[in-house]
Amino acid sequence: MANRAVGAHPLTSPELAVGPALAAQPPAKPEFLIKDSTSQWADRTFQFAMLACGLTVLLLVYLIIYELTTKGTLARHAFGWRFFFQSEWDPVNDRYGALSFVYGTIVSSLLALLIAVPLAIGVAVFITEMSPRWLRTPLAFTTELLAAIPSVIYGLWAIFVLVPLLRQSVQPWLARYLGWTGLVEGPPYGIGMLAAGVILAIMIVPIISSIAREVMTAVPQQQREAVLALGATRWEMIRMGVLGNARAGIWGGIILGLGRALGETMAVTMVIGNRPEIAKSLFAPGYTMASVIANEFSEASGELYLSSLVEVGLALFLVTIVVNVLAQLLVWSVTRGTPARSHV
Amino acid sequence: MSRAMTLKASQADLSVSLWRRAIDLLATFAAGSAVVLVLLPLGAVFGYLVYKGIGSLNWAFLSQTPKPVGEAGGGMANAIAGSALILGIASVIGVPVGIGAGVYLAEYGRNRLGDLIRFTADVLNGVPSIVIGIVAYGIVVLRQRHFSALAGGVALAIMMIPTITRATEEMVLLVPTAVREAAYGLGVSRWRTTISITLRTAMSGVITGVMLAFARVAGETAPLLFTAFGNTYWNWNMNQPTAALPLQIFVYAISPFDEWHRQAWAGALVLIVLIVVSVSAVRLVAGRGMLKGSS
Repeated sequence: MANRAVGAHPLTSPELAVGPALAAQPPAKPEFLIKDSTSQWADRTFQFAMLACGLTVLLLVYLIIYELTTKGTLARHAFGWRFFFQSEWDPVNDRYGALSFVYGTIVSSLLALLIAVPLAIGVAVFITEMSPRWLRTPLAFTTELLAAIPSVIYGLWAIFVLVPLLRQSVQPWLARYLGWTGLVEGPPYGIGMLAAGVILAIMIVPIISSIAREVMTAVPQQQREAVLALGATRWEMIRMGVLGNARAGIWGGIILGLGRALGETMAVTMVIGNRPEIAKSLFAPGYTMASVIANEFSEASGELYLSSLVEVGLALFLVTIVVNVLAQLLVWSVTRGTPARSHV
Repeated sequence: MSRAMTLKASQADLSVSLWRRAIDLLATFAAGSAVVLVLLPLGAVFGYLVYKGIGSLNWAFLSQTPKPVGEAGGGMANAIAGSALILGIASVIGVPVGIGAGVYLAEYGRNRLGDLIRFTADVLNGVPSIVIGIVAYGIVVLRQRHFSALAGGVALAIMMIPTITRATEEMVLLVPTAVREAAYGLGVSRWRTTISITLRTAMSGVITGVMLAFARVAGETAPLLFTAFGNTYWNWNMNQPTAALPLQIFVYAISPFDEWHRQAWAGALVLIVLIVVSVSAVRLVAGRGMLKGSS
């Protein structure tokens, strides 16, 4: 750059160019600097272009809210809040209620959390506190790899591997020993709420464990040393020194996992059975908010039908936003250097 | 007497510490088995993908369009091409906007508006993909009055933007202020510094962020269901319904035909390989660029 500029400068006479020290001294500005640095106009245009890109992000969220609220108006006027409290979903007679989808979404997500949380925390604890140093990076990388597998591939695997496994061995076993609770009874189809919960659990473990790892690493080393100095075993150190301090952040990770589970579509759609029913048994088929949109949106013929599906989408959007914001705040409270509060 | 007491105390200590040590061992064991339990499905997914996919993968699969039900053979070539088309559209829209927004946040965003955009990007990141599909349907499909690759591309672009934005911001912020000041000191203007000094220094990190976003949307199915919609023939027109690999896998997986199931496995294997290859290829290029910059 400098070469070009000095060489191209019209005032640089041959005599001056002979002595490099002299040539560098004249106060005359090299051409490229004059051209570029005086261009406040270019600076402002650039800043404006970048601002436009930034504002696009705002515009997108505005568009999402606008599309969902306007297209859902019809259903809101027709059903009001009753929409979420009745379970009748009858496209033939144009009567819609989303209760069974809300129920399916909540139950499958909670079931997923129930399975995933202990596993994810176990993985995070093992990787950050227990595993030999050389094993840490490969283990962390491998668990994160779980997050890179597309949802549809999980669904495919679940249909042909997980569901038969559940049907043939897990469900009969559960029914025999836990059948009395009433939560696991009925014919073992394989496909159903349980399958959805299990596949969701597999999908959200990496999210929860990576956040848990992050916040546990953020706990200052002194905390660990202090607890160890009091004579604690390694587990006591982890429990009091690490988990205690990282608690808010781990909750953040769990809630982030919940947000992911609530909105997850394909894998769940492929194994949950897609029947708008509310059944007590986890073996029974169900339906989730995301699944009903995925299955019926492109075939929804009536305006009210389409509007009802959009209304389901709006509810899903609002719930995931609340959940995600809550999770962000919790994670930040640990990783942003502010003292972690143990009571959330 | 005092000695007896010490003895007693130390015995108590011993039993307590044995108990505590057992708990410690148990916790280690539990955490270790959690790792095994989590790695098990990962191994199972990849194992089955390779085991079931390799058998059905052949040249016809990669070069032909789907055959009607009942006929053996055929492939997903059009779906692979369709995915490339849709991802291309998504990248053309999403990458510049995402990088631009990230640069804005890092270079000009230390204010209220910046905080708002940052927060909004995080919100957008958490929006379920199916909801993005509804929005793309509303803003593209309804206007065009038919499904199209463009609509699919827009949906995926919306999903790419927040990821790229946040990654770019993070990477640009990592560039030391001294580097920028050195450029300013030479009289280089701000926009020029941002483009040729700051962004170039952060380039390999930015590219990694872009690739992560790309890999994330490459396997997305839900937002394509009612935007790109899918078809069974070759299509390069971005205003027409277009097949996509994840869509095709979904349709074949839930079908009742064995032949289609086999093809779904093959498609899944191809999809995973494409994702892994594209990510590592660009990482390689980015890595080389980084070396060049530092030498």
